[in-house]
Amino acid sequence: MRVTPIAAVLAALSFTTMTAQAGTLEDVQARGELNCIVTTGLAGFAAPDENGRWDGFDAGFCRAVAAAVLGDGEKVKFVPSTGKTRFTLLNSGEGDILFRNTTETMSRDTDLKLNFLPINYYDGQGFLVRKDLGVTSALELDGASVCIQTGTTTELNLADFFRANGMNYEPVNIETNEEGIANYSGNRCDVYTTDASGLASTRAALDDPSAHIILPEIISKEPLGGATRHGDDEWSDIGKWVVNAIIIAEELGITRDNIDELCAEAGDNPSINRVCGTEGDMGSMIGLDAKWAVRAISAGGNYAELFNAHVGPDTPLGLARGLNAGWRDGGILYAAPIR
Amino acid sequence: MSEKTYTPGEHPDLPPPANLIGPVAWIRKNLLSTPTNIVMTVLAIWFLYEVVPAAVNWLFLDAAFTGENRDDCRAQASGACWAFISERMKLFTYGFYPIEERWRVNISFLLLIAAIVPVLFDKVPFRKFGLYFSCAFPFIAAWLLLGGYGLTPVETDKFGGFMLTLVIGVTGIAFSLPIGILLALGRQSQLPIIRVFSVSFIEFIRGVPLITLLFVASTMLNYFLPAGVTFDLLLRVLIMVTLFASAYMAEVIRGGLQAIPKGQFEAADAMGLKYWPAMRLIVLPQALKISIPSIVNTFIGLYKDTTLVIIIGLLDPLGIGRASLADTKWTGLSNEVYLFVAIFFFISCFGMARYSLYLENKLQTDHKR
Repeated sequence: MRVTPIAAVLAALSFTTMTAQAGTLEDVQARGELNCIVTTGLAGFAAPDENGRWDGFDAGFCRAVAAAVLGDGEKVKFVPSTGKTRFTLLNSGEGDILFRNTTETMSRDTDLKLNFLPINYYDGQGFLVRKDLGVTSALELDGASVCIQTGTTTELNLADFFRANGMNYEPVNIETNEEGIANYSGNRCDVYTTDASGLASTRAALDDPSAHIILPEIISKEPLGGATRHGDDEWSDIGKWVVNAIIIAEELGITRDNIDELCAEAGDNPSINRVCGTEGDMGSMIGLDAKWAVRAISAGGNYAELFNAHVGPDTPLGLARGLNAGWRDGGILYAAPIR
Repeated sequence: MSEKTYTPGEHPDLPPPANLIGPVAWIRKNLLSTPTNIVMTVLAIWFLYEVVPAAVNWLFLDAAFTGENRDDCRAQASGACWAFISERMKLFTYGFYPIEERWRVNISFLLLIAAIVPVLFDKVPFRKFGLYFSCAFPFIAAWLLLGGYGLTPVETDKFGGFMLTLVIGVTGIAFSLPIGILLALGRQSQLPIIRVFSVSFIEFIRGVPLITLLFVASTMLNYFLPAGVTFDLLLRVLIMVTLFASAYMAEVIRGGLQAIPKGQFEAADAMGLKYWPAMRLIVLPQALKISIPSIVNTFIGLYKDTTLVIIIGLLDPLGIGRASLADTKWTGLSNEVYLFVAIFFFISCFGMARYSLYLENKLQTDHKR
């Protein structure tokens, strides 16, 4: 009886299933479910509703990948992760793909052995302060106490920015955005800094949003995108082209509503035909069938639909398209063509 | 005023003087007996005056109980927005458990009560059968919650909320006590292998924070296992939490064992009892009785430690609360959520503490100190 703990572990091990050593695509299809790493809850990007269904901008991309690969956008197992555990979960195989408003950086791409998918949100780090502080520029923040999420690029950017401008700050370390809101609204820090998208939702959550301003300085580039782990290029390609297809769908005017009509048969526009799978043989190049992009777009809509449904001007976050508009509309969203 | 006279020894008991009984006397004795007490009383009254009306207003009078979103709540009232909690109640209770299968959780919970009552109280009718049922309960509950054999299988990553806390807490409590007893006995064993194993196990686990063990369980284990081998995250957590609590339990019980006079062991030997009967009949009943407060203390600690699972992405009530706060409809209502979760934990932990007091009084055989 004294070996109970060991016996329990051994017994547990013996019940485990040995899956065949195959590519991620085959694993996902055999499992019938996509394990998608998301946040433990970030307004607009991924959060469970009252029935426990995860939804949001990032969650929408998870569903699109699942729809392309498995034929059903609901076949996603959302793996909630904190800023610290996200990459370990991906690299250890707990998740197949990561959409967790994650900034692409060189060290993450190389040292952490990730493959980044195309950028799906261009963000930048800003500062939120109370109006009565009388501060109008981030350069006046010398000596301020700053609420900052640990384990994120914003932490490093903050240090860089203050050092470069010869200023000091007092960090108030927090773990989640929710903690940040609580600390900031409880006056435990003068400044809350995170990506501008996060600041907008934070400001909306405060009791009197008009008493706070977001300072004009954006101190960093935060290109947010999905990621996969090294070692399975075919799988990375699938992620990459699903994201591209969603961006391209907006450029081509393909929406959730008109896609069935547009793709019913080959039309006059070869670009649309290639997305629809009625021309060319795009699907088989990434190991999927011809209708992969149609399913991905039908799951949550094209880029504009995803954006407007979860973070756009009509949502409580109220984010403008800004940099995230298509390249023809003054933004920098520019996806490689499907051909 | 005529004085009545009594023969010696027949004088009836008179009521105490008026200034020693009644509310006035009570106040003088308890609240105003010394200058320090007077100051403390005034401060306490001022504090209550400041806090209680504000709290009652926020909690009840100015609170909004219905509404579609945060703006609805704010438009109705300035206090708490309980509509948020009531909308999320099911998520808090069942986590992500499939909606059409939630009756299984309800039945498991009722069976849990039926299984716990005979264990906790000895005057229950049909207690013997009840105890058999208690032994069978873990298997029944596992079948109900996980499915299979006729029920739709539900994966453990769908567990969440209060249900997850109860699963981890009850499993940890149920298994850590027996394992802890064995480890405590093992630590005092004459057999070197068993002693060394017990000591090193206890010292290792006690020397490592629970969070580290959970991290190992959730992430590092996958690096050690062969590629493609996975086993259930919740199972890993259950094992780690149980092992962690067992090590602490072993030390608590060792304290109890060491408080038993050596004469008790010798008496057992003199009766001709072998090791296990001696432990079962003489030593452990006394040792466990002494340890009750510390054992329950460990249980409460374990129960509250279940909130740490949020670090590895399992959503207990606290995690569900945080995730719910990210819903754009409801952002910024953290006070309500944290208070609600606090009340849940307070009820559970206070219940355990009261039961331990009841048990101590029931088992009280010596004179009160």
